[in-house]
Amino acid sequence: MEKMFKKIFDKKHISRTVSYLIVIVGYIIIQLMMNTVGIKNLFKSLLVPTCCYIVAALSLNLVVGVSGELSLGHSGFMSVGAFAGILVSGLLEPYLAMGWLRLLIAMLVGGVIAGIVGLLISIPVLKLQGDYLAIVTLAFCQIIKSLLNNIYLGVDNNGLHFSFVQNKVVLSNGGRMLLSGPMGATATTRLATFTAGFLLILFALLIIYNLTYSRFGRTIMAARDNRIAAESVGIHIRNTKMLAFVISAILAGMSGALFGLNYSTLQPAKFDFNLSILILVYVVLGGLGNMTGTIFATIILYVLPELLRGLQDYRMLIYSMILILIMLVTNNQSLKEKVEALILKIKTRFLKKGSVAND
Amino acid sequence: MKKIVKMLLVALLVITALTGCNNGGKEDEPKTIKIGLSGPLTGGAAIYGQAVKNGAMLALAEVNAKGGLQLEINMQDDEADSTKADTAYDELLDWGMQVSMFTVTSGAGTGVAPRYDEDHIFALTPSGSATTLVYSDTKVYETTFQMCFSDPNQGVGSADYIKEHNLGTKVAIIYKSDCVYSTGIAQKFVARAGEIGLEIVFQGAFDDSSATDFTTQLQGAKAAGADVLFLPIYYEPASSILKQASDMGYAPIFFGVDGMDGILTMKGFDTSLAEGVYLLTPFAADATDDLTVHFVTEYQKAYGEIPNQFAADAYDVVYALYQALTAGNVTYDMNAQTIADIMIAQFTTMTFDGVTGTSVTWAANGEVSKAPKAVVIKNGVYVNAE
Repeated sequence: MEKMFKKIFDKKHISRTVSYLIVIVGYIIIQLMMNTVGIKNLFKSLLVPTCCYIVAALSLNLVVGVSGELSLGHSGFMSVGAFAGILVSGLLEPYLAMGWLRLLIAMLVGGVIAGIVGLLISIPVLKLQGDYLAIVTLAFCQIIKSLLNNIYLGVDNNGLHFSFVQNKVVLSNGGRMLLSGPMGATATTRLATFTAGFLLILFALLIIYNLTYSRFGRTIMAARDNRIAAESVGIHIRNTKMLAFVISAILAGMSGALFGLNYSTLQPAKFDFNLSILILVYVVLGGLGNMTGTIFATIILYVLPELLRGLQDYRMLIYSMILILIMLVTNNQSLKEKVEALILKIKTRFLKKGSVAND
Repeated sequence: MKKIVKMLLVALLVITALTGCNNGGKEDEPKTIKIGLSGPLTGGAAIYGQAVKNGAMLALAEVNAKGGLQLEINMQDDEADSTKADTAYDELLDWGMQVSMFTVTSGAGTGVAPRYDEDHIFALTPSGSATTLVYSDTKVYETTFQMCFSDPNQGVGSADYIKEHNLGTKVAIIYKSDCVYSTGIAQKFVARAGEIGLEIVFQGAFDDSSATDFTTQLQGAKAAGADVLFLPIYYEPASSILKQASDMGYAPIFFGVDGMDGILTMKGFDTSLAEGVYLLTPFAADATDDLTVHFVTEYQKAYGEIPNQFAADAYDVVYALYQALTAGNVTYDMNAQTIADIMIAQFTTMTFDGVTGTSVTWAANGEVSKAPKAVVIKNGVYVNAE
């Protein structure tokens, strides 16, 4: 027991404990508020997408922060997961009434399919490094979007009907379109819940922290910091990076599935290059390899534009200015030192108090 | 100690910001009917949102000046994005929306249409033309109605017009493949062209990522010998197409639909390029009937420009809502669901006269029935093409 506590609160694992605590406490507070004083509809509607973006940003941080490869195609994995999830949920709907079970299956399938796609992509992609890798992932994101923009898929009593580029799907009575090209999925049953989002964040944190603190985490960081040295001690660079890439894709796919099932309509164009950049902004702002920071950055940057709605026409202007300011401030070395000094001061004061109490 | 007090104060602030204020229960008696609206005020389609806002605000001032039922409009930015429109919808719910003007664009409206249906709030869109706003494959949304033509009608209307007025014999289409609105019209246009024997010689598609360079599509249309180029797209890519076609010396007859509207007010666009462009719209600013003349002069007085079809549709929506609210004896304290039932009964039975059409009626599924007009751009203004 004592050993376990030691492990939770020792210096090496403190950031992990903090991440878990923040997520759990945040969830409990929001749940309590929902059940007692009530929250505005606006904030209720932001809960699930925020959870999805947090998971997407966490998973991207595994690739960009921990593994050190710049990927610009993360929205592609979300897209694959989202549409796979919507399809599965739509197909199961007549047979499975339990919403939460359908959501779970959809998220699992979305994750697995995104993982398979991630595996296939990683084969050519991980032969490259740096800028080249970034550009190939960017292209991948575009390919996924273009493919989904041209898929028409409907279902009726006779089974599935599929056509490509042009909509030639003719459905018998009672049939419905699951995917209609650029219009995407329409009339999806909304299944996503805040609790599911919360559990997904915990799951993502569990996987990412266990990976980074394990032997695998050390090898991958070695590969990131010095490729040649890592290879010389027998680390298989490509396989290590591939594992990180695929796990990241799986988590992104799961978050995509949850995101897709939170809206009644979803267009493939939603998951474009801009979304990849947006997630990357969350990661960079939160700090490469810093999961707690990523969670905070995502919450702040996603909720901020909605909080600024009161400013009407100046909303996006103010938002971009705040973004620039935050980037400048968080990157300011002297400011960082001051904050660190402040933290140290607080720490020493608390420690002193603690020692007095022990006496 | 100070720190703890500070923390508590911050926590209190956050909680008050997050919680709804509907628990107070001490609000004054409502003195207006609250109308919600969401549309793009930033981003690529902002001209539409702005035009709708202007038209709606003009009508609102006129209606309220009559001294009868008082209305209030709250417009939220949705950047023409369906997920953003979802958030905007929630913001409007928090505000206490009783009736809605829905969304300005189709893509955004498709996402929130089921929610209006579920929550049973009446919504009349000025310009969201996709059929997915009023019904889906499996069900008709009871509470959502349209003021503009639906996309299929625009496609069919355009094909008919080109055929009847012999604008050309060989038609090329350039459409945006990742846009609900554009593909919807293009598909219906192609289908209708097949029925009435209009020859389509070329179809070119582009998407968001390739919306700046159209030389490939234009070369294709030119090589196929097309003398009419049908452009069921928004004004922004259309302006690039007009520019690039003029640069390469290709001059077919350009035919647009309501998305082309707004091209004359686009900043930095040389309006001489749009000379001779046809577009199908329910509204022509040069019409001489009293309603239109009044609307155009008032609009020019207020905003210093000639209103486009979006402004006209929004103007009509406010008047149509006002007509139905008054006829249904709606009072300020009614909730949105009660009002919705009254409005549905009114809209499916009433006839409306506005600037975008006379004797306008609505079908039970929410689609509007009115006559399309074609206008042609001459000397930088719309002129009735008849």
